[in-house]
Amino acid sequence: MDTPFISFRQVVKRFAALTVVDHLDLDIARGEFIALLGPSGSGKTTLLMMLAGFEQPTSGTIAVDGRRVDGLPPHKRDMGVVFQNYALFPHMSVRDNIAFPLKMRNTPKSEIATRVARVLDMVKLSAMAERKPAQLSGGQQQRVALARALVFEPQVVLMDEPLGALDKKLREQMQLDIRDLHRRLGLTIVFVTHDQDEALTMSDRIAVFNHGRIEQIGPPREIYAWPRSPFVAEFIGETNLLACKVDAQAGEAMHLITDSGLALLAHAGAGRIAGDKVRVSIRPEAIRINDHAAATANRLTARIIDAVYFGDHMRLVATVGAQRMIIKGDRMSGAAEVGSEVALSFAASDVWVVGSCNDQPSASA
Amino acid sequence: MTPLPILKLVFAALVILFLLGPLIAVLPLSLTDSVFLNYPIPGYSTRWFRELVTADSWRLSIVNSLLIGAGTTTLATLLGTLAALGLRGRRASLVFSTLRTVFLLPMVVPAVVLGVGMQLMFSRYGLTNTYLGVIIAHTVVAVPFVLVNVSSALQGVDVRLEQAAASLGAAPATVLFAVTLPIALPGIISGALFAFATSLDEVVLTLFVAGPNQRTLARQMFATIRENISPAIVSAAAVFIVGTIVLSLAMLAVRRRLA
Repeated sequence: MDTPFISFRQVVKRFAALTVVDHLDLDIARGEFIALLGPSGSGKTTLLMMLAGFEQPTSGTIAVDGRRVDGLPPHKRDMGVVFQNYALFPHMSVRDNIAFPLKMRNTPKSEIATRVARVLDMVKLSAMAERKPAQLSGGQQQRVALARALVFEPQVVLMDEPLGALDKKLREQMQLDIRDLHRRLGLTIVFVTHDQDEALTMSDRIAVFNHGRIEQIGPPREIYAWPRSPFVAEFIGETNLLACKVDAQAGEAMHLITDSGLALLAHAGAGRIAGDKVRVSIRPEAIRINDHAAATANRLTARIIDAVYFGDHMRLVATVGAQRMIIKGDRMSGAAEVGSEVALSFAASDVWVVGSCNDQPSASA
Repeated sequence: MTPLPILKLVFAALVILFLLGPLIAVLPLSLTDSVFLNYPIPGYSTRWFRELVTADSWRLSIVNSLLIGAGTTTLATLLGTLAALGLRGRRASLVFSTLRTVFLLPMVVPAVVLGVGMQLMFSRYGLTNTYLGVIIAHTVVAVPFVLVNVSSALQGVDVRLEQAAASLGAAPATVLFAVTLPIALPGIISGALFAFATSLDEVVLTLFVAGPNQRTLARQMFATIRENISPAIVSAAAVFIVGTIVLSLAMLAVRRRLA
């Protein structure tokens, strides 16, 4: 990234003795859709509140477009904020809610009317303009909040778990709508969520938060395929995390012995020597069942102990010796009945080393 | 029906009778045509209501009550709302909990004690026997009602609404006038109505600080019942009761409309 549009430098936020954001650096490009993902209490919302100006950093700087904004009050920051509970003004109609930011900017009346009409049309709520927020459904309220945050064309749009209160179907529809708006209008969006699916499907980049720091940042594919720490591997999607010891490195291959006594073959990792303790992640969907045709590096004999039907896939739990493994099987693996013995196979490239056990807790870089 | 619900009903009826009995007993006398406050009523007329508007002492006292009530309502609503805004969202510290207690103190301090203190202090600054003096005295006892009502209304204002307004470009004063106060309006209005009712009803402080020119309706009734027991008192009471009912209905209507 050449010139960052938004940049956080060594930002710290403490509440009394509690450090919520810990010496954090983050750059966001103009027009980027970035998701701040993490469990509650990981500092992602606090970071957003500091960008919006509702909280002041204890130390560090925040700059937007080359100008420092920490210290500026929220009403001078020119950012549209969408809250989880929508925060619509209950005493104003939909139209007045959306017109509010324009009135604050002394926009001429005729221009307010046309711009409000345009965004109402954009979020498909033209028919609801005279209603009060309480007369709208959750999804409609959310669209009003979105329209209100977009109508004054702010330089950044901040969203704090905006879809958390919606049911699954509506949430998925809104995810697509927001992504579409982002593309069409070229918005810079900072999106806070604890929902990994939301982060994966919507954003250009994901910043995974843990204990006030960014554990890993990158495009969704990269975060999912190459997690750099056990925390990221487990937080994004389901996975099998196995503690291992490096047995030997031979050319491209690395031989591992799990603590439960299984021998695994992985791709060689730089800087690993025999005797190193590492953790590997094997995604449930990377494991195949009874696939005797494939020539794969890893083959294990397992016993199925649980099988759950999900419609489009089967979730199987198997034991290999003392090791439990979760497998996402296709519908055909319905043949793998509970109690039966099966062959598991997966490639060396699917055994992904996520961090050493030596340097726990891993704030791997 | 089993005995218990019947007992409950009887008890409830007795309590209501106890509360409303005196009113029901006295109100018909306001329509008597005799000069005595006695049953049986010889004939019905509106002469005592006419007396209220025609006799100077009664007319003046009604005007005074309305003037002083309006002044008190304005002042107490302003001060009580400011106090509620100032105390809002403060963490429980010694300073703020002490301040809150001080604001609420006039609710529990005996009015006689307040009255003695006020008379001593007001006479120093030439406020005794003035309208301003009476309004200030009434405001002291009315502010707690405003504070309590507005505080609870402000508790219902989501901080995120104010944050949203700020992020949309509203300066702090605009946030207050465009978002916070309009949402807290039902609480402010019921606080104001309480303040007016308090002023209307107040006798003790008025006895201490008011002069003959600031005689309020309540004060006039108090004087009349000792000097010459005239049925005009009951007419005044009827006016009072009707006024209170109208106020309560207004309060209900406002709450329902704004809720």
